[in-house]
Amino acid sequence: MATIRYEERIQAPADAVWAIVSKADSIHEWFPGITSCTVEGDHRTIHVATGISMPERIIANDRLQRRFAYQIESPLFQMHLGTIDVIELAPDECLCVYSTTAVPDVFALTIAGGSRGALTEIRRLAEGR
Amino acid sequence: MGRKILFITTDQQRFDTLTCNGSLISRTPHIDALARDGVRYTRAAPSSVVCMPSRASMLTGQFPTTHGAWMNGVALAVTAPSVAETLHDAGYETALIGKAHFEPYFDIFGRFAENSLAQLGIPTVEQPWYDGRRGPHRGFDHMELATHGAVGTTHYARFMMTEHFDQVGHFYNVLDADFQVNAAGGGDTGAPQVKVNPVPRELYHTDWVAERTMNWLAQRADDSEWFCWMSFPDPHHPWDPPESEMHRVNWRDVDLPAGYIADPEERERVLAQKAPHWSAWYRGELVSNYEAPAKFVPAHLTADQIREVNARNAVEVELIDDAVGRVMAYLASRGWAEDVDVVFTTDHGELQGDFGLLFKGPYHVDGLMRLPLIWRPAPRAQVAPAVVTAPVSLTQLAATFTDIAGLPQPAYAEAPALPRDDASATADQSITEWDSALFGIDVHLRTVVTERYHLTRYQPGAVHDGSEGELYDVVNDPLQRENRYSDPALRAIRDELEDRLIAHETREVERATPGPLVAPV
Repeated sequence: MATIRYEERIQAPADAVWAIVSKADSIHEWFPGITSCTVEGDHRTIHVATGISMPERIIANDRLQRRFAYQIESPLFQMHLGTIDVIELAPDECLCVYSTTAVPDVFALTIAGGSRGALTEIRRLAEGR
Repeated sequence: MGRKILFITTDQQRFDTLTCNGSLISRTPHIDALARDGVRYTRAAPSSVVCMPSRASMLTGQFPTTHGAWMNGVALAVTAPSVAETLHDAGYETALIGKAHFEPYFDIFGRFAENSLAQLGIPTVEQPWYDGRRGPHRGFDHMELATHGAVGTTHYARFMMTEHFDQVGHFYNVLDADFQVNAAGGGDTGAPQVKVNPVPRELYHTDWVAERTMNWLAQRADDSEWFCWMSFPDPHHPWDPPESEMHRVNWRDVDLPAGYIADPEERERVLAQKAPHWSAWYRGELVSNYEAPAKFVPAHLTADQIREVNARNAVEVELIDDAVGRVMAYLASRGWAEDVDVVFTTDHGELQGDFGLLFKGPYHVDGLMRLPLIWRPAPRAQVAPAVVTAPVSLTQLAATFTDIAGLPQPAYAEAPALPRDDASATADQSITEWDSALFGIDVHLRTVVTERYHLTRYQPGAVHDGSEGELYDVVNDPLQRENRYSDPALRAIRDELEDRLIAHETREVERATPGPLVAPV
């Protein structure tokens, strides 16, 4: 099992960043490579640029903690847990933390690599660039 | 009319696998002909002994510490310079057909263009990875990609999975169930990454790359200027060439390589002289990099397994040579025989039995660092055939291509064009870098190669304290068995070569921010 964390300091209110992160059916707007997705209840299916689809289960979409947690349930993975936390630092500044834990280990590396790009996009969207 | 450029690369090919370089196994008449009519380099070195940093150096003319793709799994920035873009801007039509690998293959989301092009076609402005006016990607007007197998996201894999799905399972599974590089054995000897592959030859990726290259060339006007990078994925492992071709080399007839040490005690003595990660890997105590199978223990490798690997490798090299011959014949049929510069090389070597080792890693010896490199200038340029013994670097390729096109050396290129003979060689050295950091194990080394000596200096990392080094007198010890780093008789040489490495590290150049590690490969 491998676990990797990236974080991004964002010059925007925590609620504004949370509004982006918590909108489960809009992940394709900020996660590189995901071209579209569908959401039914706590099940989300992402469609990626290689042409494959992967089912996910949304574990938490917690407005009070500003914490989003999900699992990729593709048979490629023995285990996956992704969490995105938005932590307020000041009225107009927050920290967005994207953590990935996975088995096999190498998947943590490649998903976390994507999450790093995702954080950049989330910041760009939140800061209005 | 300008000179057209055919840039041929292979993957993980040793210097001594070409007949013109002394191969006793594979026969390579078509590549030998290029050498006979052009410039053959006998001391060409990569900037790195793994694919991504080395290939990025070919494209940018920069060392990994400059272009920022410092290890496999680190993407070359899309904003990095590209000699293909420079040629494109000068009016050349540009293509890359075969293996690119400037971006990680292990990319389940397809967020890198190399992994999404086959599915999505030419990127559009609506997609975030569109890189502007530079064609599909990195200055190439056309990209049609392949890698070592028939599954995955490349155009070749898509072709196989959609049109020849029944053949896909014949290829070796490059990764195991844990998504590590597979150590499972096959063939007659159980050698790792070996498999009997009944795929028809015409469907194998070597022939596919050649066919797609000729298809692209067929669409070029007679008087067009073009730069075509034809990039074969072989003879990189897995060693699973079409079984129909295995009659070419019987592994039982293959001699063990000169670099193999038959006596296990002597083998361990030689390895123990080197930096500690050599012996640790050999005994299965350390896996410092992803490129060699994690479950592979070199000490368990048998002589017959090395013979079989080398026989299959030789067959793959011969198939590449055949493909080169077909493409050269096609160029002649188009009336371009006098107009095309051909450059042939590879990205790095393969240990292939030297010291009882296989695959590659942070081991800077000739098996990995001495590469085949041939430049056959367009005959109308009337460049005299030559053999260049001075050290040269693949970082010189970018400036060589612009030189062929009549353009100045690009400002971004760190190295000048390749010399045409020893008299015009400007530097008696080449530099090879290694940096890796994967799951807590980091390794860092730098090597300078001169005509007489190889010096490697280790930097502090997980298994080195920064005091280690290797110094080989390659004239008297061509197999690099005696590490003379601590030999007082060579102290002055060591000091002088270490100064060269310091000069390299402190060179004044605009460096890209080192990219993040986002995949194992």
